[in-house]
Order: sequence, then structure tokens, then C-alpha cells
Amino acid sequence: MIATLFAFKGGVKPSAHKEASTLAPILRAPLPPRLVVPLRQSAGGAPLPLVVAGQKLSKGERIGAPEGNFSSAIHAPTSGRVLAVEDRLLPHPSGLSALCVVIEPDGEERWIDRNPVNYAAATPDALRDYLRDAGIVGLGGATFPSHIKLKPGASGRIETLIINGAECEPWITCDDMLMRERATEVVRGIDILRHIVSAERVLVGIEDNKPQAVAAMRAATAQSPGVSVVPVPTRYPAGGEKQLIRVLTGIEIPYGRFGSDFGVQCFNVATAGSVHRAINLGEPLISRIVTLTGNVERPGNYEVLIGTPIADLLPLAAPKADTDRYLMGGPMMGFTLPGTDLPVTKASNCIIAASKALFPPLGTELPCIRCGACTRACPVELQPHELYWFSRAKNFGKAQEYGIFDCIECGCCAYVCPSNIRLVDYYRFAKSSMRTLEREKATANAARERFEFRTLRDEREKAEKTARLAAKTAAGRQAIAGAAKPSAAQATTTAPAQSSAEKPLAPLDEQKKALIAAAIARAQAQRAGVQPKNTENLTPEKQAEIREIEARRDKVRELAKTPPAEPV
Amino acid sequence: MFTALLVMAGIAVVLGAMLGYASIRFKVKGDPLVDKIDAILPQTQCGQCGFPGCKPYAQAIARGEVEINQCPPGGEEGIRKLADLLGKEFKPLSAEHGVEKPKQVAVIDEDVCIGCTLCTQACPVDAIVGAAKQMHTIVAPLCTGCELCLPPCPVDCIAMVAVPETVETWKWRYPVIRLKEQAA
Repeated sequence: MIATLFAFKGGVKPSAHKEASTLAPILRAPLPPRLVVPLRQSAGGAPLPLVVAGQKLSKGERIGAPEGNFSSAIHAPTSGRVLAVEDRLLPHPSGLSALCVVIEPDGEERWIDRNPVNYAAATPDALRDYLRDAGIVGLGGATFPSHIKLKPGASGRIETLIINGAECEPWITCDDMLMRERATEVVRGIDILRHIVSAERVLVGIEDNKPQAVAAMRAATAQSPGVSVVPVPTRYPAGGEKQLIRVLTGIEIPYGRFGSDFGVQCFNVATAGSVHRAINLGEPLISRIVTLTGNVERPGNYEVLIGTPIADLLPLAAPKADTDRYLMGGPMMGFTLPGTDLPVTKASNCIIAASKALFPPLGTELPCIRCGACTRACPVELQPHELYWFSRAKNFGKAQEYGIFDCIECGCCAYVCPSNIRLVDYYRFAKSSMRTLEREKATANAARERFEFRTLRDEREKAEKTARLAAKTAAGRQAIAGAAKPSAAQATTTAPAQSSAEKPLAPLDEQKKALIAAAIARAQAQRAGVQPKNTENLTPEKQAEIREIEARRDKVRELAKTPPAEPV
Repeated sequence: MFTALLVMAGIAVVLGAMLGYASIRFKVKGDPLVDKIDAILPQTQCGQCGFPGCKPYAQAIARGEVEINQCPPGGEEGIRKLADLLGKEFKPLSAEHGVEKPKQVAVIDEDVCIGCTLCTQACPVDAIVGAAKQMHTIVAPLCTGCELCLPPCPVDCIAMVAVPETVETWKWRYPVIRLKEQAA
């Protein structure tokens, strides 16, 4: 089948640097002495820890439960013992820490009971839940939980499944090597994904600079009807989800919508491979392929357990002496790691050793000359220079009007900028500031609502209390008035000498007195009604003790009655 | 001459009627300025401005009775926004009303709490859960950090803790580095 290919605007062609790390086969990285597994490794809610320090674990045991449906589980990468559940530094540009499970491997690699699922007999809903609990997330870098993407969107069903093997970013070769060596696994995963969404056709998009991967995938899919492997032109960022969908199907997905709304959905090849392992083998996502490359003696790809410290991986590739920093991800979208004592996560596709010779430092940032090179390079057809002005001026409203949230942070604009402006840094700053502002606004609105509700409630309670009190007083008055009539008659007979001037005041006064007297009588009755508790079945010792205490009390009462001695 | 007068009077009557109708039909309920000011205020409801809540302060600002620099939680940025909105001159935060602090939440030391409910009565946003002689606790996501629960506590078991930056709330730094600050 010859597919018609479409094109996306813009894009750049940086030199690929991919050959070096594809010469050796994928090797398994040795078991490190410690594993640090971050609980939050996907978009959505952070999973809740299920283990405590000291607990024994089997390989593949669940250690983090998904928090809500938009979340994904976390599993023990090997068997061993939990050393701690504590905050550890994450491989994140912020250099902040978050909750991690620290595991000391016992070297036995003892698996939990692996229960493969017969997917042909299972319902799509059950399979989606299973994938969530197996911790399957997008391995292309964004780590979006896969089960969410497998839901049909507004269009009702997903007709076209796109498998992303483009791997457009320079230096990274983990998907390339996976397709070359494990094409069958990927294809079996594709079959499952296809079954869940009941897609009619599957398009595997691979950049045409990976002929071996294309050949391997073609061979593996020869028996699968409706699956076609399509080489796409090599142009960064062809592996961007929306870009690849556009190249393969011509569908352009607007901001805020998902491919599933247009009957198309995209998964990474490594994600398909992990889906196969989860369903056909019963193994949750506990490892991934990581490219170690850059300024190293032995570049290559390694199958690494999630949570392996990067410092333990680096000796495998033997970084050269002049390495000054390490990048996670590619040179276009990746970031400089704040250190090497950080764990590999589900998002870590590549670690590049950088040196001044390999990645010369960018020159001084010069003023924007409005040359428009960035606009020509932008794959989402934005105007990066305008966004730059607005972000720099913190004019976030305008930046939003110019579509800053459409920006995929691919770095093409910064790559072509003749003034060395770090454009993406500005967009990231503006986007995260806007998100913070949104969050603050939402909390402020919630606080306002709660405050207004509280004020309202206070007023209502006050009104209710006044009404209740008024009703009580009125009822009391009425009761007294009823009782006071005969006594008033008595008063007139016994004390006829009272002056007429006092008369109109007397009934009020007496009513008040009667009210007070009634209250005192009530209180006395209540006091009399109270009986000492726990006074039955006392031992003679207890009774003696009570008598002693009573005697002491009487003495104190007597003392209180006698007038205090004059101060000297 | 007479016709002209009639025509002018007629137009005046018609336009007057239209204006009168419009003033009833399109009447704006409430004061939109108060809402705009209230939207800028941080809704901490802390009362540091001298008013019992953000809305009363917004109303006082709208009436022009008070300065715009009496809201410490809103900080300098809040004053700038108010100055922009009202066309006033920016003024630094007035010292007598307090100082700008990073966002914080109250935390109850649950071992010390005696369950007196005084703090639940003081909380302007109902962020404290507890009943008489039961331990109280603060619902951290709802706490505005207003510190109003601190003075009523008889056992001083409430402390204000700064909200730490997490990976989720972290934001990228402003990439422009001022040379003067760098030199300092």
C-alpha cells in the first residue's frame, strides 16, 4: 500500500548523530546496589505509596497505587527490601525532590505471579484498567497514561491507530534499536492496542533515516492485514504526535483536543512493546531502553530498570574526561540534569554526555532583529518572535492570544535564531507562570465562595438564635403570668398599704423576680437530681477513703465560713 | 419656525424615552468596580487591611475612602494591579498593615490541641475541622494562610508553615538576567 504523505510546515534538520549508538545491540544494564523509584512518573495524579520501609518486595509488585483514573501505577523493578519511602531528588529541570521508594535489591529477581491476559476475550474497559494498573504510560517522553488515550473521544471511535517510530530528535536511538531487535514484540503490542480501540488501519510512521528499523517492522507486520509501515521524511519534529498525525493522515488537531476526537490516536513504539509485555506476559512496566551517548567511549542502548541511578549507568558508556554536564532527553527538548545521583524514570529515553567541544555554549543573547527565521521554522505555525516579546514583557494575556499553549516546545525557533535567543525558555516561563496564576485564581475564588458562605451562615445563625431566645422569653413570661395571677391577688390582700404610684411598676418587677425564682428552682432541682456515680459495690477501703474526703471537705467549708484573719 | 421647534421637541422626547428605557433595561446590578477590585485582592480574608474581609476592603477602595496599599498578602504586585485598574499612583505597601510573606498554611500540633473550637470560629473560610473536645485539624488546600486562628488558640498549638515548592507547582524562572543584579 502506498500511502499519500502530507507535510507539516516549518521544522529543522539538525545533524542526527545517531549512528554511534546503533552499532552495539541492546544490553541489559547490571543490577545497581540501590534503586530509587519515584512515585510520580506520569502525567496526572501522583500515585500513593503502598509499601513501608523494611518491607520485602517481589519483582513487579505494585508499590504505588494510581490516584484516581488519570494516573498510573508504579511497580518494584526487582525483588528486594524497601529501605525508605522518602523525598529524593528527581531528574526534573526544577532540581526539586518528591516521594520515592528506595529499594535494596536482593539479586534474586524473584517475580510476582505473572498472569497473562487473554485479550481477545477481555472487554476494552477491563484491558484499560489492566494497563493502568500495569503502569503503562507513553514512553516517548511525555508519559501520558496510555489507558486514557485508549478511550474513544468525541468522534465515538478510533479508526486509525498511529504508531510513532519516528524518533526525530538527534542522538536518541532507543526506539530505533527496539524496532530493529524486538519488532515482533512491538507488533504484538500493536495488535492489542488495535483490538482495544477496534481500529481499522494501523500506520507505523518511521523516519526514513532508519532503513533497518523500517525493514524489521515490515518483516514483522507482513502477516498483519491493515498494518502498514510508512517511512516519513526526516525532518525534526516529525515525531511530535500532532506532526506525525498530520504527515500520515492530513488531520490537523487543534489545541485542547485529542487525536481521539478525530478518530485517530498515536502511541510510541516502546509503549506498544510494554503493552505486549503487560498483557501477553503479565509483566508491568519496570524497565525501559535508554540511549547512552554523546561524549562517551562506548555509546549504546541499555535496557535499564526504572529507578536505576544515572551515576551507576554512566560507567557502562565510559564518559570522556572533558564531559562537563549531562542532558536528559535530546539536545532539542531535553534539559541539563542537576546532578547524576538521579534515577532513570519512565520518561528517560536518552542521557547525553555533553562537552564544550560537542555542544559549544550559545553566544550572548542579542536583541531580536525580527528576521522571521523562527516563524518559518515553527512546526505549529505560530509567530515565535511575537510570543517572545509578550513572554519577555510578562504580557501573558497577549501571549495566550497568540497561541502560546499551542507551542510544543520543540526548540526549532531557538535552533534557527541568529540572535541566540533562548526562545523556549521564555515560553516555558510564560506557560508555567500562567498556570500558576490560574491555580492562584482558582484558590482565591474558592476562598471567596467559602468566605461568603460562612458570612451568610453566621448571619442566619444569629437571626435564628435571636428568634429562639425571643420565643423562649415569651413562653416564660406567659407561664409566669399564668402563675402570678393568684399570687398577685394574694399580694393585694396582704399589702394594701402600697402607694398607687408604685403600682404600674410592681407587676413587671414581680414578673422578673418570679422568672428568676423559677430559674433558681430549676437549677436546684437539676442539682438535686444529680446522684454520685459509681457508688455501688464499694470495698470497705474505698468507703473509708470517701468518708475521709468528705470530712476534709466539711472542714474546708467550715473554714470558708469563718472570716479570714486580718492581714498583719 | 414652529415646525422646527416641534421636530426638535419630538426628537428630544423620543431620545429621552429611549434613554430612560435603556437605563432600566440595561441597569448594572451591584458595582462592577467593586467586583473588579475584589478579583485582584487575594481573598485571604485576613483582615490585615482593617476591614473584615476582602470584599469590604474592595468596597472601601471603590468609594475612595482608603489607600490601595493596605493588603500585605496581595503584595507589591497586587498594589500595581490596583493602581493600573484605578489609575492611581503606585505606593509601597504600608508598613502598619503588615509585611508581604510567602504563601503559608496553618498546621495544628494535634498532640497539643485541646479541642476548644476557638480556631474553627476564627477561620474565615471554614478550613478547620473539629468539634468540642475533639482534636482539630486544618484542611491545607483550603487554608488561605490568614493567621486569624493563631491569636484565639489558648495552647498555642497552631504554627504557620511556608508552602514548599513541589515539582507540580514549580515554575520556570524568568530567563532575563539583569546585569546589575548579577553584579551585586
